[in-house]
Amino acid sequence: MYKYDQYDQAMVDARVEEFRDQTRRRIEGSLPEEQFRPLRLMNGLYLQLHAYMLRVAIPYGTLNGAQMHALADIAEKYDRGYGHFTTRQNIQYNWIKLEEAPDLLADLAKVEMHAIQTSGNCIRNISSDHFAGAAADELVDPRPYAEILRQWSSFHPEFSYLPRKFKIAVIASDTDRAAMRLHDIGIQIVKNDAGELGAAFYVGGGMGRTPMIAPCINGFVPLDQLITYTEACVRVWNRYGRRDNKYKARIKILVHELGAEEYTRQVEEEFAHMLEQGIEPPLAELERIRGYFQDPDFKTGLTDRADRSDPEFALWIDRNCHPHKAPGYVSATISLKPVGGIPGDASVEQMHLMADLATEYSFDECRVTHAQNIVLPHVEIGRLHELWTKLEAAGLGTPNLDRIDDIIACPGLDYCSLANARSIPVAQKISERFAANGKADELGQLKLKISGCINACGHHHAGHIGILGVDRKGVENYQLLLGGSEAEDTSLGKITGPGFNEDGIVDAVEKAADVYLANREEGERFLDTYRRIGMDPFKEALYG
Amino acid sequence: MKILTGNDLKTGAVTWWDGQGWSLHVEDAVDVGDAADEIMGREESARRVNVPYAIEAELDGSGKVRPAHIKDRVRALGPTVRPDLTLKPAEPEALNWVI
Repeated sequence: MYKYDQYDQAMVDARVEEFRDQTRRRIEGSLPEEQFRPLRLMNGLYLQLHAYMLRVAIPYGTLNGAQMHALADIAEKYDRGYGHFTTRQNIQYNWIKLEEAPDLLADLAKVEMHAIQTSGNCIRNISSDHFAGAAADELVDPRPYAEILRQWSSFHPEFSYLPRKFKIAVIASDTDRAAMRLHDIGIQIVKNDAGELGAAFYVGGGMGRTPMIAPCINGFVPLDQLITYTEACVRVWNRYGRRDNKYKARIKILVHELGAEEYTRQVEEEFAHMLEQGIEPPLAELERIRGYFQDPDFKTGLTDRADRSDPEFALWIDRNCHPHKAPGYVSATISLKPVGGIPGDASVEQMHLMADLATEYSFDECRVTHAQNIVLPHVEIGRLHELWTKLEAAGLGTPNLDRIDDIIACPGLDYCSLANARSIPVAQKISERFAANGKADELGQLKLKISGCINACGHHHAGHIGILGVDRKGVENYQLLLGGSEAEDTSLGKITGPGFNEDGIVDAVEKAADVYLANREEGERFLDTYRRIGMDPFKEALYG
Repeated sequence: MKILTGNDLKTGAVTWWDGQGWSLHVEDAVDVGDAADEIMGREESARRVNVPYAIEAELDGSGKVRPAHIKDRVRALGPTVRPDLTLKPAEPEALNWVI
């Protein structure tokens, strides 16, 4: 994985000291809150319901063991013994003290981490496929491209005060595991007929208040023009983006209002102009970065079969392990969704254990997924049982990937100052309900996503079943959506009708699941059945 | 009644105006009537509170202050999903007061 060079380290260290001075001035009184607020946000420090919240950047979700250990140490030293892994492949701490935040950032910098680009109207932390560099179906490892985009976007003076936040995802397989088309820019590394690698650009997607699926504006940009084309896309938006109205400021609104064709025309015009300026980093720099993402030293001659005599272990293999490009290996997902648990939360002890397991079983590497789980990308099949045994003992062996109890949930009104309703208790009740009634096994793949407000951090638009918490005259209310997908078959869920109270929404989810079970045909997932039979049978069951 | 809340500048802890200073406990909050702006301006300038704001509240059946909106009740107690991290970890029934 990428290692900081002297410039990276110097930038991060300087930023820590700058923030230390800003914090000192805030506490001493020479910096008022209205001036300090944008500065702390540029360092990932929010003020939430109970305390300051710090969001730490995890570029494309990749961590080594030492970094995961450091995240655990921070949870113990500065927080209350746990962290929350987010849908942006980052981690958040909920109980941070302002006076300790500079020391925390200094501790992060020691392991080449920071909280830059996790807040504010800038290009945010770049996300990617959590199986990058491991998946059997990828063309290349997308992370070198994500990394060069990270370096390009970090402190880019032209893009430090954008109309709104800006999110980029990079993938390199036809299977989309990063919700690529629901980003401001989604980039897919592709191969053309001549066998050359390039980048397909999808621009203007997003969730939030106005969900949109990004259209493809260019199916093949040569990789030696990747940064230039990205910059042209952002520059056109930066020129016309609605700074007067934050609800209309995201690039999706511009692309929608201009039309994809006209937006593309302007991007191509800008791109042609910029090519003459020669801003693209030299290919040698990309090669240098690519050097950090070489395959680990995979063994050969490994067994490709695990002993499946333990049925619980066999179930975990079937549900939580993903095919690997190297024979004898798989990518193993550690579920952070035990029945009745808080989606994405991990304790200090669990983080230390995952760090140790990454070192021992996965070439010192782990990944945070946008579904709030942790992946060990390179595990020998022959050592899976040993790994699973350790996970089970720590409450991390839940075999539920992509099932109804593998719920994505934002922090909601339990932590977030923007939220209108609590998300986590609803997730807990649903997972408990389906564990108790035994239907989770029957349902198979069913992605359920919950947001506590319209900002959609819980990706409710993209859930096969989505839940949106709203405030109805001071009382929590939950809308139900059906038919969304964040995968390569991207779609946006539709609201079923009037909302439900906290217990009512749990019943409603079960009714929707029952409609699927009663109507599915051979091999159909919930989403397939919904797409075939439409909304009416579900409405009838819910409201009839 | 109208009460004032904000966060402690250094720690971020939720605080409530008790008439003399800022308390961690909502039951200490007092009705500020029309004095909200004057108190908030003075206290924020002195950095005794960060980002204060006024909210509506009422006295519950036992005469204790209860913010009108659930968001402020969550702030007053702590996350409902982590009773151990609330201000009343030994009183799980306190969650009913929030909801």
